[in-house]
Amino acid sequence: MSNKQVQTNNSKMVMKLVAIVFGMFGFGFALVPLYDVLCDLTGINGKTANTAAIYESVEIDESRLITVDFITRINTGMPWQFSAQTRRVKVHPGEMSQVDFLVKNPASTRIVGQAIPSVSPGPAAIYMNKTECFCFEQQTLQAGEEMLMPMRFYVDPQLPKDITYFTVQYTLYNVTSSAEPAEVIAMNRG
Amino acid sequence: MTTTTEVNHDDDHHDGEHHEHHIPYGIKRWLYTTNHKDIGTLYLWFAFIMFLTGGAMAMVIRAELFQPGLQIVEPHFFNQMTTVHGLIMVFGAVMPAFTGLANWLIPMMIGAPDMALPRMNNWSFWILPFAFSILLGSLFMEGGGPAFGWTFYAPLSTTYSGDGTALFVFAVHIMGASSIMGAINVIVTIFNMRAPGMTWMKMPLFVWTWLITAFLLIAVMPVLAGAVTMVLTDKFFGTSFFDAAGGGDPVMFQHIFWFFGHPEVYIMILPAFGIISQIIPTFARKRLFGYASMVYATASIALLSFIVWAHHMFTTGMPVAAELFFMFATMLISVPTGVKVFNWVATMWRGSMTFEVPMLFALAFIVLFTIGGLSGLMLAIVPVDFQYHDTYFVVAHFHYVLVTGAIFSIMAAVYYWLPKWTGKMFHIGLAKWHFWCSLVSVNVLFFPMHFVGLAGMPRRIPDYALQFADFNKWISIGGFAFGLSQLIFLVLLIKACKKQGEPVSAQVWEGAEGLEWEIPSPAPYHTFETPPVVK
Repeated sequence: MSNKQVQTNNSKMVMKLVAIVFGMFGFGFALVPLYDVLCDLTGINGKTANTAAIYESVEIDESRLITVDFITRINTGMPWQFSAQTRRVKVHPGEMSQVDFLVKNPASTRIVGQAIPSVSPGPAAIYMNKTECFCFEQQTLQAGEEMLMPMRFYVDPQLPKDITYFTVQYTLYNVTSSAEPAEVIAMNRG
Repeated sequence: MTTTTEVNHDDDHHDGEHHEHHIPYGIKRWLYTTNHKDIGTLYLWFAFIMFLTGGAMAMVIRAELFQPGLQIVEPHFFNQMTTVHGLIMVFGAVMPAFTGLANWLIPMMIGAPDMALPRMNNWSFWILPFAFSILLGSLFMEGGGPAFGWTFYAPLSTTYSGDGTALFVFAVHIMGASSIMGAINVIVTIFNMRAPGMTWMKMPLFVWTWLITAFLLIAVMPVLAGAVTMVLTDKFFGTSFFDAAGGGDPVMFQHIFWFFGHPEVYIMILPAFGIISQIIPTFARKRLFGYASMVYATASIALLSFIVWAHHMFTTGMPVAAELFFMFATMLISVPTGVKVFNWVATMWRGSMTFEVPMLFALAFIVLFTIGGLSGLMLAIVPVDFQYHDTYFVVAHFHYVLVTGAIFSIMAAVYYWLPKWTGKMFHIGLAKWHFWCSLVSVNVLFFPMHFVGLAGMPRRIPDYALQFADFNKWISIGGFAFGLSQLIFLVLLIKACKKQGEPVSAQVWEGAEGLEWEIPSPAPYHTFETPPVVK
């Protein structure tokens, strides 16, 4: 094999390998939507849907009673007080129920908060259907303001038989600095 | 065994007569070099300097942990030490050392005149010192260097870190680029530059294991680059890949990181398997038992390494089905690894064994790596991992596979091929001191970590409960002794580079076989300019 031939072979191969490198760099980023899709389908990361579910023609399964616990957490840098009015409910799958959450902004400034739900064990997450939730959008509280935030949900009757008990946790994040512009404008006006 | 040809090659600087181009002197020789042997030497020395640097940080860690309470360093500095120790040992010591060995040996083993892409080779080495200067420089920044562990989990690296994180990210990018270039070079060299007759299944196992390692590198180093980029944009540019408040997920960081991280641990051990497979047959004076099964076992380990990553994350709250899958897939890896250990033992079986220094390190590797493998198997068991997770048991496990595994194999390789590189036998007395001191101290250092780990001592914490005091004292004494033992190695290497010692023959070791043992010792600056014919 001539020297030139070797050179051509080398550069062809380098091209292919560099293509693999760029492909894998892209794959690293592709893992982000792939992960989200996988979690949406299976709920394994405990996230519930962030849009409202529609409650119609749902059969109520009277044979089972599911215990649902509610816990609240405040993330670092969030001064709000945050608690669930009802800590535990027992519901039949398909039955609608409501839990209210109390938030208070004791700080002297307006703050925008975002609550993020997490269900444990994870597989129960996709059966936790919320028709109304404060976590669907950011919440704004003026200094010293207090608010009762409702959350209406039903447990999907398709819930696997081995799950009888799950916990829903809401964590409140302070998102004032990154709040959407419309929100900020509204805040400044208010 | 004759010593007829080596005299002419003793000093390459001055005998330019049979090479058309002139070799520059001094620093320029090393800056501009495209010679695979020079670059191999640069890589090996760089790795050794980094090994001593990372080792010095380990000494700080062990000094702080010598007794309970906080006495020498602050917790934040302690965290920087554990983080940078890990980063330096992984990316600065083990990986460049293997790349250095690949540079020196692969062309000589497959009968090629040089690496396929010599200029890129120069470039891939010379960006490394910059990467590590940036990383080490970040320690002196306001807020300190990276302190979130070498795994840089979000949100530790995105929310709770200093501005030095940007330097950390750029340093990792450069290290990754260097590894990727090195890997591309290895693959192209092995595919296109083999001597006539050097068929795939005649390649020495070191070449095979490096080929597979190189494919792992180009598959996962870009994913690491992606992960650090996401950390960078999350921290400084307002994205929320890993921030739950913005719709991201911190657990996803761990998935992406370990998708890189698990193949990475095989990147650090497969070339070691290759080295041991070269050394054992030489000193057992038998052919390697089960050559083909070694090749297939290496390839299977590489493939399996892509489907086991979540065993690092059993406690993140995975579904049981996923835990079972990752547990069994992990345990499956012990099959091809077991094949390898079995083959090495079978190679020695009824061989005419002698115990020269490279063989001593190789034997220590087999025993101690297997201990590390066994504790790895224990960690793979999900319910057991819930107890062992984040304790010193894990620290013991990965130091057995990386120190007495990867690093012992590198030392074995250096002792095995050093006479070929310098043309002189190294100081055997010092080498034996180095081996025995290292062997004893490394076990005093890492073995008790199993016990404190099982008793519940958490890793990465600068203080501990009083009940762990005695064991930690022993661990620290072992650590200091192991650190000092490496200074023996330093003295030996300096003597070897000054070309002190008895001249050696071309074959060096009685049982050594392969193309690299057919060229004179020391290996001439240019070898195989006309390819040898392999029968």
